[in-house]
Amino acid sequence: MSDTNLDRRQFLGRASVALAGLAIAPGMLLYEFSQARPLGEAASGKVRWGMLIDTNQCESGCNDCVTACNEENGLSGGTAPTDAQWIRKVELKDTGSGRITSLPVMCQHCASPPCVDVCPTGASFKRADGIVLVDKHICIGCRYCMMACPYKARSFVHETLTDQLTDVPRGKGTVESCTLCVHRVDKGQETTACAEACARGGHHAILFGNLNDPDSEISKRVRAVATTQIRADLGLNTGVRYQGI
Amino acid sequence: MAPWRMAVMLAICIATSALTSAPVFAADESPMPKLDIGKGGKCVDDPKFMRKNHMDVLKHQRDETMRQGIRGGKYSLAACVDCHASKKNNSVLGSNENFCQGCHEYVEVKIDCFECHSSKRKVVAEVSK
Repeated sequence: MSDTNLDRRQFLGRASVALAGLAIAPGMLLYEFSQARPLGEAASGKVRWGMLIDTNQCESGCNDCVTACNEENGLSGGTAPTDAQWIRKVELKDTGSGRITSLPVMCQHCASPPCVDVCPTGASFKRADGIVLVDKHICIGCRYCMMACPYKARSFVHETLTDQLTDVPRGKGTVESCTLCVHRVDKGQETTACAEACARGGHHAILFGNLNDPDSEISKRVRAVATTQIRADLGLNTGVRYQGI
Repeated sequence: MAPWRMAVMLAICIATSALTSAPVFAADESPMPKLDIGKGGKCVDDPKFMRKNHMDVLKHQRDETMRQGIRGGKYSLAACVDCHASKKNNSVLGSNENFCQGCHEYVEVKIDCFECHSSKRKVVAEVSK
């Protein structure tokens, strides 16, 4: 029995190597991953945008990512319960050892987002490339998604807004959250405001990239080091991963 | 009823309906609002078509942009504002002369777009920062 199986294994092994060679030879996969999506093309499921946050690099007390997010998206920066906050800095303290961990928490861009499941109008949706968004044109402001989100990532706009930014329309009576800087992504920029600010501050704690591209920096890191999804027990398969928590 | 009488009745019906719809066409001749068209220039489509259909083309494209991330299409609200924001206040709103507000007040249709979207031209806003 072992002889026949060996033959079969060898054949399968050779066949899979040949197939892999075929897939890469025309340069299709490599080409698609290395090229940014053209402006008029729809977002594709071949890409999954995500972030890796290295909490060892994240400095306690630093608020650069939050400030950058507020500026990029035209948020007031207020932290009252009625103010929109797309990203928050959270400090965790291990009572036993006294170790303090600092990390930013925003929409985790789940592969199976509970906010999308509960939305009665279909306003809360996940784009093909994994970005979870609110279509404010059809959001009725019921806030079910805010209750469903385990990460407290969404905010409701309570007051009339003025002077919104061209790239980031926002309005009273709708729910909103981190868009993974979708306006940047669509223009082919492969960095978010928070990741950019973090790098500018010299921390490099936030890494943005395509989780589906095995050659992207983020995929390599996720493959090499132990990363955690917050509340992984819920099985949501988050697009935002953490290192060091 | 004899077939010829039916034909006459039908002809009368058509004639009457044509007459009653005549006042609608007369609206073309009433004075149009005086609008500040901002930069102006060549519109993305025929102005007559845009006057009648801008809401539909904008809505169609907005869904594609929102849901599928298709940007840079022909009918973009930001592009409307970019061309038609008044040079006085850098906005398509503000007075009866401003491009969007002026016409929408003339036809008495509420305009919701700018409760969320920016009514101001982006470039100048960035310069003034």
